[in-house]
Amino acid sequence: MALIDDTDVVLSPAVTGGTGSIGDYFELLKPRVMSLVIFTALVGLMLAPGGLHPLLAAVALLAIAVGAGASGALNMWYDADIDRIMSRTARRPIPDGRVSPSEALHFGSVLSVLSVLVLGVAVNWVAAFLLAFTIFFYVVVYTMGLKRRTSQNIVIGGAAGAFPPMIGWAAVTGTVSIESIVLFLIIFFWTPPHFWALALVKSEDYARAGIPMMPVVAGERSTRLQIFTYALVLAPIGVAPAVLGFASLAYGVFAAGMGAAFVALSARVAFHAKSGAEAKRINMQLFFFSIAYLFALFAALLVDGVVSRIIS
Amino acid sequence: MHIVPIVELTPAQKAAQRRRSIAIGLGLGALVVLFFLVTIVKISGNIAQHAAM
Repeated sequence: MALIDDTDVVLSPAVTGGTGSIGDYFELLKPRVMSLVIFTALVGLMLAPGGLHPLLAAVALLAIAVGAGASGALNMWYDADIDRIMSRTARRPIPDGRVSPSEALHFGSVLSVLSVLVLGVAVNWVAAFLLAFTIFFYVVVYTMGLKRRTSQNIVIGGAAGAFPPMIGWAAVTGTVSIESIVLFLIIFFWTPPHFWALALVKSEDYARAGIPMMPVVAGERSTRLQIFTYALVLAPIGVAPAVLGFASLAYGVFAAGMGAAFVALSARVAFHAKSGAEAKRINMQLFFFSIAYLFALFAALLVDGVVSRIIS
Repeated sequence: MHIVPIVELTPAQKAAQRRRSIAIGLGLGALVVLFFLVTIVKISGNIAQHAAM
């Protein structure tokens, strides 16, 4: 007797997707964002009082990086429809057809859960909770809630990118303190001028995709003024680690100089921007300087932390 | 009659699936090693703490 005697086997057409390479899946993790997350989390780890075994510190960084990457994959899953429209994102794995949306959803979900569990079991549950909240905030609050609804999307959503140093700090201390909140605030107030400088250049792309970025909703002039306002708030917060005593005077002087340069460039964007190519050049100048600013500040904090550990 | 739909993968999909399976296997293996090392670190930390008491 045949095991399957009354069964018809129907060959259905090949499913879409499924041809994604390891590189395509890695691309889903937004490696450039992930590298910034690793770096800022490392600064949080290094500045925190007390010590963590090097292996546990490495596990913490890995878990934070994977968690951030997982939220990037979930963001790409949800945003595949608008990514298809914008030139900057049209070649991402999902709109390009290399990875199917469901594959990205499963990939992001599994990595999210895994990263939180590993951080909790290996390091501590305060850091794990913060990582879980960061993933939730980026995927649900920002991507699903704010991004397509309000021009304040990246102002509030920027908090997700600001959490990693706080998670790094919590990995060592098991707590959230004023120092880690200051690290959070530096990235939080840095995010709007950074993204809006790019959005001014790419506003047509955002408008076509129906994303209410500030230049699309409030216009260029208002966006430029808001960039300047955020720069004015950011500059003193950048100096705060020295004022509060968890960074050296040398860091304070350096951060003040970088903050002044940030304000000066933002002022050029706000008050001297001409139209066309000249405006685009000034906006992109601020965009690239903003990346250098954040990197330089956190690198200075890292050096400061390493030096103070060697001295003490 | 019972109908069983079978999805036939293209050669490219089969090759990609194989590569992904190997990557998942290696990832799980690495996770096992990682948990083993973390356990060793945590246990030795506890022993050192008890010895100091």
